Formats: sequence, C-alpha cells, structure tokens
Amino acid sequence: MNLLLLIGAPLLTALAVLLSRNKQQVKWISLAGSAVQLALAFALLFAFRQERAAGNNAQMLFEQHYKLFESLNINFHFGVDGISVAMILLTSFVVIAGVLVSWNVEKMTKEFYFLLLLLGLGAYGFFISLDLFILFFFLEISVIPKYLLIGIWGSGKKEYSANKLALMLMGGSALILVGMLGLYFTTGYSFDIMTLSKANIPAATQNLLFPLLFVGFGVFTALFPLHTWVPDGHSSAPTAGSMFLAGISMKLGGYGCLRVATYLLPEGAKEYANIIIVLSAIAILYGAFATMMQKDLKYINAYSSVSHVGFSLLGIGMLTQTAITGALMQMVSHGVMTALFFAVIGMVYDRTHTRMVAEMGGLMKMMPFIATVFFIVGLCSLGLPGFSGFVAEMTVFMGSWQNDDAFHRIATIAAAMSIVVTAVYILRATGKTMMGPVVNAEHLQLGDAKWNEKLAAIILVAGIVAIGIAPGWLNDLLKPAAEEIMNRIAGK
Amino acid sequence: MNEFLTLMKSELVLTGIIFLLLFIKIGKGMKNESLLSLIQLLLLLNFIFSFFFNKEGNLFGDMFYTTPLIAFQKSILNLGVYLISLLCSDWLKKTQHLPEFFLLMLSALLGMFLMISSGNLLIFYLSLELATIPVAAMANFDLERKRSSEGAMKMILSSAFSSGILLFGISLIYGSTGSISLPAISQLLNGSPLQILAFVFVFTAFAFKLSIVPFHLWTADVYEGSPIAVTSFLSVISKGAVAFIFITVLYKVFTPMLEIWYWMIVILAIATMVIGNLFALRQQNIKRFLAFSSIAQVGFILVGISNADYLGIASVVYFVLIYVFSNLAAFGVAAVIAEKTGKENIDDYKGLYKTNPFLTWIMALALFSLAGIPPTAGFFGKLFLLTAGGARAEYWFILVAALNMIISLYYYLRVVRAMFMDKNDNPVEPVKTAPVVKMALIICGGGIVLVGLLSWIFEYIKTLQY
Repeated sequence: MNLLLLIGAPLLTALAVLLSRNKQQVKWISLAGSAVQLALAFALLFAFRQERAAGNNAQMLFEQHYKLFESLNINFHFGVDGISVAMILLTSFVVIAGVLVSWNVEKMTKEFYFLLLLLGLGAYGFFISLDLFILFFFLEISVIPKYLLIGIWGSGKKEYSANKLALMLMGGSALILVGMLGLYFTTGYSFDIMTLSKANIPAATQNLLFPLLFVGFGVFTALFPLHTWVPDGHSSAPTAGSMFLAGISMKLGGYGCLRVATYLLPEGAKEYANIIIVLSAIAILYGAFATMMQKDLKYINAYSSVSHVGFSLLGIGMLTQTAITGALMQMVSHGVMTALFFAVIGMVYDRTHTRMVAEMGGLMKMMPFIATVFFIVGLCSLGLPGFSGFVAEMTVFMGSWQNDDAFHRIATIAAAMSIVVTAVYILRATGKTMMGPVVNAEHLQLGDAKWNEKLAAIILVAGIVAIGIAPGWLNDLLKPAAEEIMNRIAGK
Repeated sequence: MNEFLTLMKSELVLTGIIFLLLFIKIGKGMKNESLLSLIQLLLLLNFIFSFFFNKEGNLFGDMFYTTPLIAFQKSILNLGVYLISLLCSDWLKKTQHLPEFFLLMLSALLGMFLMISSGNLLIFYLSLELATIPVAAMANFDLERKRSSEGAMKMILSSAFSSGILLFGISLIYGSTGSISLPAISQLLNGSPLQILAFVFVFTAFAFKLSIVPFHLWTADVYEGSPIAVTSFLSVISKGAVAFIFITVLYKVFTPMLEIWYWMIVILAIATMVIGNLFALRQQNIKRFLAFSSIAQVGFILVGISNADYLGIASVVYFVLIYVFSNLAAFGVAAVIAEKTGKENIDDYKGLYKTNPFLTWIMALALFSLAGIPPTAGFFGKLFLLTAGGARAEYWFILVAALNMIISLYYYLRVVRAMFMDKNDNPVEPVKTAPVVKMALIICGGGIVLVGLLSWIFEYIKTLQY
C-alpha cells in the first residue's frame, strides 16, 4: 500500500475545505474526507496483516524513499510497523469522531475544519515517518492548529491556555531538536531511524542525548512535572480540539519516547529507567488524586488523562517486552477512550451549558443515549474487564511484575493503587451527573444526542469494545514491534 | 571590455536604471503613478536579468570579483528591492520625491553589490559607505515627521562612528600585513596581537551594521522613525548584504583566526538572541517590534555563521532568502494598514481577522515563518542554521538557540493572538488593498510556503561555487 495516501487524503480534504463555498459543503467534505481516511487506515491494517501472514517479516513494511534535502541527508523515508498501524488506526477513529461532533460549530466553520484536518495530517505524517527530521516536521506542524483552535474556539481562559500549550510544547520541541542534531552529528550525518538504530552510539553520548529526547517528547505526553499544560489546554479547547489533543497529540509524545528515545538510545534508557518509573508513578498517583478534587468535567478528564498516560510511560520505563506492549496498548486504548470522554462531555455541555458536576443531575432521564455512553466510557476508564482500559493496564502491570526487585514491585503496586482512586472519582462523577434527582428544572427540556453525535459515539465505543473483548488482534500488531525494540535494548 | 560587461552586469544595469531616473527627474517629470509602474517594471526586469549571463572571474587586479554564489546573493537583494517597491506603493505614490527615493535606494543597492563583490579592503570600505549614506537620507524621507529626521541623524552618526572604527581596523591590517587585497591578507595573517586588535575593530564595524548586541542601540529608533519602506529596506536588504560580506570576510580572510572569531560569534550570537528577544517582548509599536525581532534573527544568522564551512554559507544565504519573504510580508501588511489608517500599534491589530482576513493570514504566515514553525519556510531556515551551528558539537549552544525560539514564539504569538482572538470595539476597518500590493503579498506568502518545501532551492544554493 502506498503510504503517501495517508498524507494525501487529509491534505486534499483540507484544500477542498478551503475551496468550498458554504458551511454545509465544508462539513460534508470533511466528513467524506475523514471517512476516506478511516477506510485507508483499515485498508492499511488488512494489507499489513496480509503481508505478515504471507511471511514478510521485515521490520518495516511498505517502505518508501524520496529525496528531499539530499546534501544534508534529509529524505522522506516512510514505512510502518505494527505500532504505526495501530496509531494510524487510532488517529483515523479520532479524526472522524472529531469531525462529527463539531457539526454545530458556527463560528468560522471553514477555518475550524481546515485546522482540524491539518492537525490530523500532522499525526498521520508523524506516525509513518522514519526520518527524524521529517518526523519532527510533522510533530511541529500541529503547533499552529492547536494554538488557533484553542485560542479562537475555546472557552474559559482560552488565550492563557493556548499560549501555555504552544510554549510548553515548543520547549519540548527545542529539546527534541537538540537531541536530534546530537544523533545526526554523532552518527555521521544521518536522520534515518533505521540507520540510526543500527549505529553504535557511545554510552556517554547516549546518556547525554536520552534525557533531551525523552523529556522533549515527554512534554507532549504529560511527563510529570511537565504536565501542567494538559489540564488547562484540554479544558479550554473546543470539544474536537480536546479530543485531538488527548486522543492523538499526547500519543505523538508517547510514540516518540519509545521509537526515538528508547529505541535509538537503549543504553540511555537503561540509565534513566528508574527515574522514568518514579516520575510516571508520581504522575499516575498525583493525576488520580488531583482528579478527585476537580469539579469541572473537562478538568476531571484532563487530570485523569495525566494519570492514564502515566501508565504508558511506566510501561516504557519498565523495559520488558510485555510492559512495552502494554504501554502501547494503553496509548491506543486511552486515545479512543479519552476522545470519547471529551466527546460526551462536549455533548452534555452543549445542552446544559455547564460542565460543573454540582450543577447537573439526573440527566439520564432526558438523554438516555448520552448517559449510556457516559457510563461505558467511565467504566472503561476505571478499568472494567471487557473494555480496552482493563486489557491495557493489566498488560502493563504484568510486564512490570516481571522485574522482580523491590523497587519495581513497589512502583507497580503504587501505580495499581491508583485504580481505586479512579473508581472513586469516576463513579462519583457519573453517578452525580447522570443519576439521582434532576438538579436544574431547565434541564428537563433537553433532548438526546443527534445523529452525528450518535455516530461519533458509536464509532469510538466500537473501538473500545473491539480492544476490550478481542485484544488479540491489537496484541498481534504490537507485540512483534515491541520485540524489535526489546531486542535492541537487550543488545541483540 | 567584454569581460567587463559580463562580470559587472548587475552593477551596470543598476547604474543604467539610476541614470534613467536622473534623466526623468531633470526632464519634465512624470506622474508619480506611471513613474512608479515604470520603476517596478524596470526592477522586475532587473531581477529576472540577474539570473542570466552569470560568469565568474575578477576585474581590476582582484579588486572586484564575482562567483555564481555572489550572483545569487545579488538576485536575492534584487528580489527584495522589487518586492519593497510593490509593497509600499501606496506610500510611494504619495511622496513628493519619488525619483529621488529610488535614486537613493538603488545607489545603496549598487553599493551593496560592489561590497559583496569586493576583493580589496578599499573597495569594500568605499562601497560600504555607498551602501550606508543614501539609506540615512532615505530614513529622513518622511519630511514632516520629527522622528524621521531623528532616526536619520542617529543612523548617520552611528554609521560614521562605525566607519571610523572600520578604517582604523583596515589601517592596522595594512600596517601589519602590508596589503589590502583580501586574498593576500589571509596568507599574511599570523595572529599577532596587533592583527587581533585590527580584527576586533573590523568585527565591531560589522557588528554595528548587523546590529549585533551590544552594538544594536541605534536600530530600534531608526526603524521606528523611518518610513516603512525604508525600515524594511534596512532590516532585510541591508542586513542580508552585510551578512553575505561578513561571511566572506570571516571565512576567507580571517581563517587563521578561526578559534578567536568562533568564540566571539558564539558569545555575541547568544547575547544578540537573548537581548533582542527580551526587548521584543515589551514592544507596542509594530515597527519597533519587528526591529527587535530582526535583531534576534541576526542572532540566529550568527549561529549559522559559526559553522565556518560551506554549510554555514548555504544555510545563511538560504535563511536570508526566506527572511526576505517573511519579513517583507510582515512589513508589507504593516505598511498597508499604517498607510490607510495610520495605526501602528499591536493593540490596534486586535480583531483584525474579522475585518481583514487576507492581510491577517499573510501576517500570521509571516510571523510563523519568522518564529520557525512548519510548514513555513522559516522552519527549514532556522533548522539549517542550527544544524550548521551544531557541527562543532557544542550542543549547549544549540540548546540556547533552541530555547530562544520559545521566547520568540511567545512574542510572535502576541500579534497572532491580537489579530485572531482579542476583541476590539474599534478594529481596523476593512482595508482595500491595491492589486499590485496584493500581488506582492501573495508572492511573499507563496515564497514563505514554497521555499521550504521545494527542496531543490536549498540544494541549488548548496551547489553554487563559492
């Protein structure tokens, strides 16, 4: 399969949106475009599985090379392994759901959809790039859309949040940039991930560059204590913006931490693994307890994202194959789940015009569909078996337990304890808002989800359930890729 | 004779245009509008012509030389001047002394051409003066504004001062090496204390022209006082030309002192980026804001220059090309708005998107390019400068530069935020942009998007013989 399609489809959609004449056209073009992207992602999944079934065991499939800045050895090098395929699938789910829930955006509709599609484009490009420079290009391309989406269409202290997010992410990028150039110069002028993964990088250099790259990507994925943009950014963003931020953008960071920092610099990863574990365990617990204190639904989900994403970083820090597979599963699972959560919160907010838990109650009577989805996503978040969250977190714990010294055990137990806290805040929030007596009499007039919202919710619920009930296919995708990474870490 | 014609053809064409303008001025005179169109046409032809018949060689016993790279540098400057003549046409139509304005501007450009091509310290000094004095007169072109003459005065004093220092440096070099020919000097330099002193003086003169911190203090006042056409000429064309010859002098002449000037460049680059950025944070006037941000940009150019190899040259030339598009686009939008409404403050730009979406997008593109955010060309430009600067594996230096990109993003976003997000009860009314100006803005916007993505442009610069 030609991977350029994955960049071409969103690009064409975005351009078509620019040329369209009215809001209806904008929406339908975006929807058609994102449906094509979803179809392409599935086509990629099937093509990938077919190749693997046919016995093609190359690390990267569908590789493509195009020359760009030849004299600097910067080239387009695309290719996918199981991790990329899973991430692309996740992206396409979130993109189409994001397009659907934004159906009612009236303010500057064309610009809104254009920026949204550009954000998706960046993610697709990022996940298929095997050249660090191009990867970085696609990572950075999303700065403008994120900033404008939050600043223009957001709510609350949106300018502050937009600024904070743009600057913190830029700070992360600065660190990545230096780390990337460091790799470039120590390995004889190459940005190619495949070449770099075979290079012999001295341990001292690895120890120098690893923190730069890991922390740089870590900012994107809310590495404690650099997570502070997450609550503000997510809660100020418009619904689709939060979905993209939490569902896709944070995964860019996790993917980078694994593919770039850990994979290319295994000695550095071993050196700093314990620090990563401590930081992510703190993030998991701190995020969970901080969520307990929140009264705003979006803040609840934003802080719980910090906690959930911590599991991915914990899995990476554990450096066992199972834990890394679990970390990747957690990324996919959390991406779908959190996008759904923000979508539902957006639907509730559109109707009640409040996000405060205390000002809502008994919404299930008026909006049974939304309430059901709310329950599903809540149960997934607290790790109920049958949904994606359980599978992912369980795998991380199992992988973590394989390290049999006291330090790793304590970290794992501490992280596992957060699940109890998660249960408290999720049950409290869902119970208070959806069940019980109706708090505000005006809410009695409210209607249930419309077709676009239902469709968005169903697509994402299908994702959660597909991972939760039949995790095998995702495991098959991720495990061999995680194995390659482990091989490099083990020095094979 | 034939060689003279081909090697000096850029200079000769420019001289021809200057004389033509003189004749027009002496004669009955034309209406401003038709004259401006004529000048724009001539500048366009001049720009196109600068790509043809480029040969390399030298004249007058090594006093003047040209190479493909120098020819390309001249094309960049030609392009910049052409764009300025388009972007500022609203203002230019109204000035009383249109032919004089272009006489001065093209004389300065001629000076820059000779300066880039000079192979001899005397020619270099003379052409530097030719490139400076007319600009001071141009800075005074808003005849009724006091600030304009104040800016001109500051500029002439500071450049006279820097010329004095330069001359002192040149005489010390001549005294210690016995030569003023650039190729010969590089053979004769041995790093004696006297020569180091001479180098410091020459360097200081360059620092003045490039407004490298701590020699930047004249910049903001001059930029603010001058008409926008002059400000953009100063901040783009002058800076570019001086950066080009600065590289030549450092790389080709002072090669024996590489270790000394490397660390000077590193320290000054950091100071320039940090101070330029910190001052830009607090500016309210858009011209002053762009002035300080251009100081910070020079800091980034210095990062590239520190490379001391062909990657340094290529990345700087490439960056200047991108900078021409980005900065001229920003100045162009500022010029349109200032000319039609008289508003020059960042606060006045609040709510601009509602009334002027086209201008806002061009401005936003320009600012993102200046900040180095993809997909704009500025991303590639900045990244290549940093790549060039990292070649000596001084990673902390690159880290400082990269962190400065965060600060600069903060203040560029201030303008973006004002335009897109802030509410304003009294926004700039919808401005009607003249077709030429619109075309120029679209050229700039196209350049900002395409120069980065069309990678052959960089590859072409890289292949040019130096």
